[in-house]
Amino acid sequence: MFPELNNLLNTTPDRVEQGKLTLLCDAKTDGSFLVHHFLSFYLKANCKVCFVALIQSFSHYNIVGQKLGVSLTTARERGQLMFLEGLKSSVDVFFRAEEKPHPLQFLREANAGNLQPLYEFVREALQPMDKGEAAWRCPVLLVDDVSVLLSLGVGAVAVLDFIHYCRAAVCCELQGNMVVLAHDSGDAEDEENDILLNGLSHQSHLILRAEGLATGFCRDVHGQLRVLWRRPPQPTAQRDRSLIYQYKIQDKSVSFFARGLSPAVL
Amino acid sequence: MASVGPCGTGTGTTGSVAAAASKNNVTSFQRRGPRASSSDSGGSRLVSIAGTRPSVRNGQLLVSTGLPALDQLLGGGLAVGTVLLIEEDKYNIYSPLLFKYFLAEGIINGHTLLVASAKEEPEKILQAGPVSSSRFGHYYDVSKKMPQELIEASKWHGFFLPKKISSTLNIEPCSLTHGYIKLLQFIQKIIYEEGFDGSNPQKKQKNILRIGIQNLGSPLWGDDVCCTENCDNSHNLTKFLYILRGLLRTSLSACIITMPTHLIQNKAIIARITNLSDTVVHLESFIGSEREANPLYKDYHGLIHIRQIPRLNNLICDVSDVKDLAFKLKRKLFTIEVGCGVGHCLRNWLLSHLPSADGTKHILDSWGHREQKGPGWHTAAPEYQ
Repeated sequence: MFPELNNLLNTTPDRVEQGKLTLLCDAKTDGSFLVHHFLSFYLKANCKVCFVALIQSFSHYNIVGQKLGVSLTTARERGQLMFLEGLKSSVDVFFRAEEKPHPLQFLREANAGNLQPLYEFVREALQPMDKGEAAWRCPVLLVDDVSVLLSLGVGAVAVLDFIHYCRAAVCCELQGNMVVLAHDSGDAEDEENDILLNGLSHQSHLILRAEGLATGFCRDVHGQLRVLWRRPPQPTAQRDRSLIYQYKIQDKSVSFFARGLSPAVL
Repeated sequence: MASVGPCGTGTGTTGSVAAAASKNNVTSFQRRGPRASSSDSGGSRLVSIAGTRPSVRNGQLLVSTGLPALDQLLGGGLAVGTVLLIEEDKYNIYSPLLFKYFLAEGIINGHTLLVASAKEEPEKILQAGPVSSSRFGHYYDVSKKMPQELIEASKWHGFFLPKKISSTLNIEPCSLTHGYIKLLQFIQKIIYEEGFDGSNPQKKQKNILRIGIQNLGSPLWGDDVCCTENCDNSHNLTKFLYILRGLLRTSLSACIITMPTHLIQNKAIIARITNLSDTVVHLESFIGSEREANPLYKDYHGLIHIRQIPRLNNLICDVSDVKDLAFKLKRKLFTIEVGCGVGHCLRNWLLSHLPSADGTKHILDSWGHREQKGPGWHTAAPEYQ
C-alpha cells in the first residue's frame, strides 16, 4: 500500500470502513497501481480477500506485492487470500471439458448468459467459516478488471447484475468491501463500457479516477488522480467531496502532490 | 553480457553484442547465472536458454524481436509470455518485415517456431525470410534469403488455415470463429506435446517457442470484424486474444501478431484489442498519404508508434522518452530513427556525426555527450517536455 494514498483517503489498515464499494477507473493511462495498493492494504488490514484477477497472472501481483510488503503466497496458504487466476483458468475451461460448472463457464458458450457461476464462486470464497479458522476482519472482493468481461462476450447488463449480486452479498450481508477496476474508453465510443461505468459510478461510495495528463507524456508526472467521495452517511450532509492530485509512480511507491507542484518543477 | 546503465538507454549494449556476435555468427544473447525472479512458466530454475536475457529492471526473461532498435524501444526486448501486436501499415508492406525478423531471429537462436497464416503458406514465409548478415551481427539483410539448410535444421510448425479447416460449412455455432478455435487448439497441442508449459517432466524443454500469426482479424480468418462496423460476433477476436494470452502466460513462448487494424471501423474494438495485448506497435507508412510530399519526411518511409508497453511484475514500465520515431527501409536494413517532426528540425541540425577509426559512428547530441552507435541507426537523446 502507498502511505501517501492512505493519507489522502484518510484511512489506515487499523481503521477499515465496512460496506463500501470503491470504483477504480482509468482513462488513457494504466490504473493498475491502485489495484496493487488496495490488495496490499486489505491484506495488511487482516481482511479476508477474494481476488478475481482476470488480466494478469498470480506471479505478477505477487512480485509487486512483495515490493509493497505483502506476500501473496503466504496469504493464500493460510487462507486469507482466495485467488482466481483468469488467464490460467480460461485455458482450463476452454480446452478441457469439466462436469462441474467453472466460474469462467461463460467462455465456452456461444452467447454468454450470465455470471452466476462467478458469483457463486465469490460467495463461497467469502463465506465466513464457523470454527477452526483465524478470525479475519471484514471480507473484501477485488476485481481486476471488470471491463475485460465485456471483451469476453458478456453483456454490460449481465456484468452490472453480477456487481449488484456481489454488492448485496459482500457489502450488505457480510458487511465487507468491494473494489472494482473498470476502464474508461474515453473517445473510443464503447457504448457497453460506458453503460457499465455509469452504472458502477452511481453505486460506488468512493471513486478513484486515474487520468493521463491532457498535455501528453511527461517524465515527472505520470498522471492525475481524482478522488470523489459519494454517498455520505447522513443524507443531509454536504455535497460529494472531490479532490484532484497528480502522481508519479516509482519503483516501490507512488508519490502524490498538488497539481502543478511536482518536485521536479519546484 | 554488457551491463546497462540505470537510465536504461543501453547504448553500449547493442554495439558490444553486435561485435561479439559477428565472430561466430551466433547471437551472444546469453544469460549468465540463474534467474533472479520466476516468471509465470514454472518455478523451476532454468539455467540459460540461448537467445534470452533477463531484463535489467526486474529480471523478466526477454527475447529479441530481431530488430535491435525495436528491442531498445521496448525496454530490452520482448518478454517471454507476452504478445507483441503490430498494427499493420496500410498496404501491408513493412509489417511483414517485422514479422520475418522475429522468425529469423528464432531460427538463428534455435528456437522452435510456430507460424500461422491464412494467406500464405508458412514454408514460403520462412523461405523469404531475411538472413543474418554476419558483419552486422544481429542485423538482418533483407536482400538475401534464408538458406534452405538453416530452415531444415530448425524446428518449426506451420498452420495454414485453408488446409486445416474442411470446406464443408456445417459447423455448429461455437463461442469462437472456427478458424480461431483450430488455431488455439493447434497452439495448445504444440505447447503441451513439446513441453513448453513444463507439464511434461520427461520433456525438459529449455527452449522458447516463437509464435507468429499473420493478418489476424482479416476476413481470411473467417472473422468479419474488419468488414462491418457492427458485426455480430464482435467478441471473436478479443476472446481469441484473451485465451492466447492465457496460453502464453503459462508457457515459455513469445508471440508476434500482425493485425490490419486500419480496416477495423469500430474504435471500441481497437481499444479492447489494445487492452488485451501486452506490447502494441503501430506502423504508419507514408505511401499515399499527404506526408509523402512533406520535405521533413523525405528520407523516411513511415512512422512507428509505440502505443503500449506492458507493466510486468512492476509498478512502472520502460517507457521510452522519445515519442517521434520514424523508420526507413534501406536496401539492406530496416532502421528506426528519431523522427523529423516539426519540433525536431532544430535538434537534428544540432546532431553531428563523426566517423571514428573502427567504423562505428559517434554522435554528438545537443548536450555534447557522445553516444556510440552501431552502423545504421541513431539513438534518441532524452527529450524533455
